[in-house]
Amino acid sequence: MAVQAPLRSETESETVVEERIRPQGFRTADAFDLLGGAFGSFCLAYLLYERLTPLSGGFGFFVTWYAFFLATTWFLARNRLGELEARDQLARVVVGTVAIGLLIPLTIIVGYTISRGYHALRPQFFTQDLSKVGPLSKSTEGGGSAAIVGSFEMVGIATLLAVPLGIATAIFLNEIGGRLARPLRMIVDAMSAIPSIVAGLFVYAAFILALHQQQTGFAAALALSVLMLPTVARTAEVVLRLVPGGLREASLALGGGEWATVRKVVLPTARTGLLTAVILGIARIVGETAPLILTSLGNTSFNANPFKGKQDALPLFIFRLVRFPQPAQIDRAWAGALALLGLVLVLFIVARLIGGRGPGHIGRIKRLRLARKGLA
Amino acid sequence: MSVPVADELIRPDEPRVQAVSRRTTSDRVFRAVVRASGALTLGVMVLIGLFLTIRAWDALRVAGFKFFTTTAWQPELGRFGVLGALVGTLLIAVIALVIAVPVSLCTALFVTEYAPARLRRPLTSFVDVLAAVPSIIYGLWGKYFLQDRVIPLSRWLGTHLGFIPFFQTKDAHERGSYSASTFIAGLVVALMIVPICTAVMREVFSQAPPGEKEGALALGGTKWSVIRTVVLPFGKGGIVGGSMLGLGRALGETIAVTLIISPLFDPRALTHVLHQGGNSIASLIALRFSEANDFGISALMAAGLTLFVITLIVNAFAAVIVARSRSGAATEI
Repeated sequence: MAVQAPLRSETESETVVEERIRPQGFRTADAFDLLGGAFGSFCLAYLLYERLTPLSGGFGFFVTWYAFFLATTWFLARNRLGELEARDQLARVVVGTVAIGLLIPLTIIVGYTISRGYHALRPQFFTQDLSKVGPLSKSTEGGGSAAIVGSFEMVGIATLLAVPLGIATAIFLNEIGGRLARPLRMIVDAMSAIPSIVAGLFVYAAFILALHQQQTGFAAALALSVLMLPTVARTAEVVLRLVPGGLREASLALGGGEWATVRKVVLPTARTGLLTAVILGIARIVGETAPLILTSLGNTSFNANPFKGKQDALPLFIFRLVRFPQPAQIDRAWAGALALLGLVLVLFIVARLIGGRGPGHIGRIKRLRLARKGLA
Repeated sequence: MSVPVADELIRPDEPRVQAVSRRTTSDRVFRAVVRASGALTLGVMVLIGLFLTIRAWDALRVAGFKFFTTTAWQPELGRFGVLGALVGTLLIAVIALVIAVPVSLCTALFVTEYAPARLRRPLTSFVDVLAAVPSIIYGLWGKYFLQDRVIPLSRWLGTHLGFIPFFQTKDAHERGSYSASTFIAGLVVALMIVPICTAVMREVFSQAPPGEKEGALALGGTKWSVIRTVVLPFGKGGIVGGSMLGLGRALGETIAVTLIISPLFDPRALTHVLHQGGNSIASLIALRFSEANDFGISALMAAGLTLFVITLIVNAFAAVIVARSRSGAATEI
């Protein structure tokens, strides 16, 4: 018997057709294993969790199910493919489920904000302010027009301040460089990690206390620009780095100076990327609340002048109203949150649509225009 | 022996014509403006430190070193210190990291190693959307949605694992004793720092040398063994650096934490992370600012300065680690 065993396996191996090994391929059998494992572990978890033990609660059930699912996956893969493959399969399933699972909180956040906010988000939300709202008003009375206007003005001023400075800093880092470039790059990195409340404290100390200013929308815009500057500078630097060096050299070889090269070659080539940098910067600051608590304080009535008097902003509006005990106020806060989230998501999607193409990318419309001129 | 060479071919080398051009006025102006902008950016950072120190000086002089050992925050009575808030900040940050780092690691590995090529960009965008959601919305979500759903878990942990010092709670069966806790704040902050951790790790993993990966596969390795033996060791710096960048963000998170926790100053009670009450330096500033007098503001400035210095140190470390990892300095976030 002991002699025959290897012989038999030899004859077997001759008849077996060698299967092609594909290390990355996801085979049909894997899919069935996963589906079966998920279903089987669901049944097992249900039996154990809901029938056999006095446990309850969605979260606990989910954890039990997941644990059973991993165990089943491992056993199935070990039976079919062996120990080594089982470990591989387990790692694949863990990594995949966690990564896909990360989409769940995002969907819930967006969905929950919509479901809580749309009751009070009516047209009047964009036209009325809170000056006539009493404690017993319904949530469909009054709105966030003061906050929306304030937000737009603050973000606008902050953009005007931070974008030129940020892009100039990026040009310095990428086009001129020198000894100052390395420390400056580190500083910009460090700046992007400043806690937003510290930016507010800084403006309070350096602008409001030191220069004896009032708390205004402009002060808030200063704090926001401190937060926006590093985002713009870093994103813009990455974009400028993608401009091919050959273009710069061609411009210099044609006799263009540095300024002419930057103005006529580098910046136009990187235009869409720079626009992305600006939009990402805006998306970064439009939802900032902490610095505004210190610098603009908020206001229930309409104030369109950012240089005089307290001004409201959407994040402040939410933060103030959500701490009221009345449900109507909280509903208004959720309406504000929905408006803010919508704004940020639109900005983000626009940034993705125009960004993400390489520099010098010629889009469909531009190609048509060039074709009309007979250039392409 | 030697080949005769024509005279004209062995004339001495002439100096090469060097193209020297003077900078035009516009170029000089351009350089000056751009340099000034760079200097201004540098200057803002210096000014932040400077002004915070100046304004914090009053409070720091009165409190002295006790500022770092006192837990209470009563500037009007002269009894104030950052210890309680600091402990709270660190606890929230640690909880956030414990949750966010494995999740980011898996997400980054999935995007770089497992996901099909056409899914990579959408997945990256999805993670980035998480970073774009304003922190106040995270706060609202944590307070109104997540809290109710996490309390059963907290209660289970508190009842069954209460013997672990961190999970101790006073009334283990009361639902109410689990609300507004450090744990819930940490969960929300974890979600907020996942994007930045993932971005750094993804960048480093995607630079893992393909030759070594193929070598590992050719030796008969599975996908997982390739990851374990090539990608993860290669990306060690990115993992550590990304986690530390996340830590920096978690330390400075203000509004989400302020909305969720109810302030508590006793460090011993703070370490019971499941129990009601938490604290952080940033939320201390946000909550106490409106009612503070001049001296109180100075004390808050001192707290802000502490936070500023801590985040700077953490981020400097992170930057050094990311830059030193084998992948080189090309990590962009």
